[in-house]
Amino acid sequence: MDQSKIRNFCIIAHIDHGKSTLADRIIEMTGLLTDREMQSQVLDNMDLERERGITIKAQAVRTVYKAKNGEEYIFNLIDTPGHVDFNYEVSRSLAACDGAILVVDAAQGIEAQTLANVYLALDHDLDVLPVINKIDLASADPERVINEIEDVIGIEAQDAPRISAKTGDYVDQVLEQIVEKIPAPTGDPGAPLKALIFDSVYDSYKGVIVFCRIKEGSVEKGTPIRMMATGATAEVVEVGYFGAGQFIPCEKLQAGMVGYITASIKTVSDTRVGDTITNAQRPCAEALPGYKKVNSMVYCGLYPADGAKYQDLREALEKLQLNDAALQYEPETSAALGFGFRCGFLGLLHLEIIQERLEREYNLDLVTTAPGVIYKVHKTSGEVIELTNPSNLPDPSEINYMEEPIVAAEIMVTTEFIGPIMELCQERRGQYQGMEYMEETRALLRYHLPLNEIIYDFFDALKSRSRGYASLDYELYGYETSKLVKLDILVNKEEVDALSFIVHADTAYERGRKMCGKLKEEIPRQLFEIPIQAAIGSKIIARETVKALRKDVLAKCYGGDITRKKKLLEKQKEGKKRMRQVGNVEIPQKAFMSVLKLDDQ
Amino acid sequence: MNKTDKKFRLYVHIPFCIKKCAYCDFLSWPDSQKNQELYAQALCREIGAYRGKFPMEASSLFLGGGTPSILEPKLLENIMDSLYGAFSFSENPEMSIEANPGTVTQEKLRAYRGMGLNRISFGLQSTDNRELKELGRIHTYEEFLESYVWARQAGFANINVDLMSGIPGQTVKSWRRNLSRTLALEPEHISAYSLIVEEGTPFARRELNLPGEEEEREMYESTAEILGQKGYVQYEISNYARPGWACAHNLGYWARDDYLGLGLGAASLVNNQRWNNTDSMEEYRAGAQEPERIRVGKEELSVREQMEETMILGLRRMEGVWRRDFRETFGAELEEIYGEAIRRLVKLGLLKDDGQRIFLTRRGISLSNQAFVEFMLG
Repeated sequence: MDQSKIRNFCIIAHIDHGKSTLADRIIEMTGLLTDREMQSQVLDNMDLERERGITIKAQAVRTVYKAKNGEEYIFNLIDTPGHVDFNYEVSRSLAACDGAILVVDAAQGIEAQTLANVYLALDHDLDVLPVINKIDLASADPERVINEIEDVIGIEAQDAPRISAKTGDYVDQVLEQIVEKIPAPTGDPGAPLKALIFDSVYDSYKGVIVFCRIKEGSVEKGTPIRMMATGATAEVVEVGYFGAGQFIPCEKLQAGMVGYITASIKTVSDTRVGDTITNAQRPCAEALPGYKKVNSMVYCGLYPADGAKYQDLREALEKLQLNDAALQYEPETSAALGFGFRCGFLGLLHLEIIQERLEREYNLDLVTTAPGVIYKVHKTSGEVIELTNPSNLPDPSEINYMEEPIVAAEIMVTTEFIGPIMELCQERRGQYQGMEYMEETRALLRYHLPLNEIIYDFFDALKSRSRGYASLDYELYGYETSKLVKLDILVNKEEVDALSFIVHADTAYERGRKMCGKLKEEIPRQLFEIPIQAAIGSKIIARETVKALRKDVLAKCYGGDITRKKKLLEKQKEGKKRMRQVGNVEIPQKAFMSVLKLDDQ
Repeated sequence: MNKTDKKFRLYVHIPFCIKKCAYCDFLSWPDSQKNQELYAQALCREIGAYRGKFPMEASSLFLGGGTPSILEPKLLENIMDSLYGAFSFSENPEMSIEANPGTVTQEKLRAYRGMGLNRISFGLQSTDNRELKELGRIHTYEEFLESYVWARQAGFANINVDLMSGIPGQTVKSWRRNLSRTLALEPEHISAYSLIVEEGTPFARRELNLPGEEEEREMYESTAEILGQKGYVQYEISNYARPGWACAHNLGYWARDDYLGLGLGAASLVNNQRWNNTDSMEEYRAGAQEPERIRVGKEELSVREQMEETMILGLRRMEGVWRRDFRETFGAELEEIYGEAIRRLVKLGLLKDDGQRIFLTRRGISLSNQAFVEFMLG
């Protein structure tokens, strides 16, 4: 295949600006799919993704476009995730492309994530092709958005196609501009193999299927390959490209092409996103730049609601990990919740996705403990512990000092909400770094924020205080010393390990008070009075009481029709089964997750 | 089928009332004379279909509703005639009718006696006219007094009065006055219920000035004491009677006697099968002559369910559940099935175990749902 006839590109956009819809239209209009094959959103093939309207795993599709000049072009459209949790995956997908289509909503304009992704694309020297979408909306103002793109991002946008991906109007202009404006790939097919992994999935028949962009050289069946970062080696079994929703084998992939490789690799942790594949016998001189091992940022305990399902949970996590190298887990035990796992995630969304997949695909009922971050505990002995479970915090006398992770956050907000948002950031211990006006009505706020202040509900708070107008992007900035304490919760005078969490000393009182209040709502009244206390060490800082239940009787005449009464008792019994016994007290499982929602009072 | 000496109980549902009360979630509504007639005819067809096919003797009858007393005496007579024609009754069966004050006349009451009805249950609810109004009742306390005296005059020697605690605006004081005014009449039986705000009723959609939790508990708990002083024995969670006047029909429900429910929506338990008649009037009228056709939600109770019911119904009675009865019914020791639950509840002070039987303590009565749930085996 002639390199000049290949276009490798991705689509970048803020959530809901219409990326997947445009991808669908492109696939449709390049005619690779029959109508029958055409599902509503071809790229998003996980149910969950469709429901959430976001794309989790990067995928790719190859289509053939016959341009107005009469030539046929190969389009490799590489899909990218659209959430800050998956920033690294986005950057690797971009590295596999030569250009990017920037989709901007004609009504909403540029958002923080749009900017973050555009800068990421520009960092990768991609040519950015702006497209104004949703011109069919009544509130659409394409001219304003075009000016905004030119002013804020500084790229030429006057001839950006103004389209409606939904109706398909003017999408043909996008196709022509892909041919005209996105450069063809370069790279020497005769050089040693150098291919970038931008995704990989596990398939029970083929093993790991590696998605890659060939930068130099070529690869075919039988090529001995080596992943340069992980060191894993294998012999190629099959190469091919991506049909829509299917893998189409071919003879050879060579410089400039995007495709997949299978090589009987058993786990995706051998084929890390960002790693370079080379020929084991004829290796390239150096790996592609930019590889990093992604690390979990957020940890929480996952426990089966039914203790007997522990093995099932373990097997489910194993299976999910085959496909998701960023998911980490190790067994742990809680006095309150029994056997479970401490799991690490890229962020809260990643956590929620895994949790939902476990519940939906594996039919597991889960109890999740409060998510936390990795704290660095410097002990007086000089030892440094990376703490992921609050219960493992050493005795305060052994601690010299602690550090917590800080993120650099960019918040884009309309000017009227700057005040409330700055207030929010202050409340969350943010350090103001600066503000730039993007245009008259919008500003970009930069803050350093402790990660543990934003993993709970920062995003929700941001949305509610800006009536939905603020958008957020962040990346890990580093660790800083911080005055942190472990807050314990005592129910009926017994410490409940699964409810402990690490908190900044200045907000401990507030959180303790809220936590006790929330638990008071969640724990049903029982036959005796139940004190709920928050404590730091042996010092009680907050207390609530669940009053004793003194009357629970159905004193009603219902004659011979007792079915409803029985149902009521059966429901009560079911509820009891879903409780965890801590000492004498029965605590509903959802109380363990109530810490997540402390701020909606 | 052959005649056996097994007894059963008969329930007949009359789904009509003058006006729906604001708290009521029973199957009942105001309807035209014509529709009442059509219903009575359908009911007679249903009853007639059992003629000669039901081998047991009826040991009690309960005409419930709704307000059965709003029916024209003629319609009620037809129904009673059908019952006598279709079923055999044991000697001196208890035969109750529910009545609302304001819906009975002296003639009606005399007619009831003539039909063999020997027990009448008045839905008084309160002796405070403001409380009655709050509930959406159609009658006053004074009308009730008149109906009550008429019933005595007509020869009813067994009268029940229903009272309700926890009415919006009610105080402990007014509840006590309701009790003492009722006691002054010396009825044989008093049912003292608590208002339960049920989904779908007007009460559920309204802001209610309900008595506080502590107040309501005080009302409930003082009831047994006040009635006890006057010789009324609490024999079930909400039922009190002078010795010898407990309601045989209701005791039958709690003992899981067989019962056949006739009429719209009526519930039956026969040979450990439960079912309800349809609650669609249209379906009922169309299929009444073939009772099998109008049954819905038919279920065969497993031994486990029979045990659960034995406990949650049996423990509603102050007498509780006898170990001997359990053994005779199930061929298993109560201990094997419920030993652990019993010990737990005894320890919590909700249950008492005297070796022969188990029964709720005073505290257990107030918290009976907490006790019952321990007897669910699922």
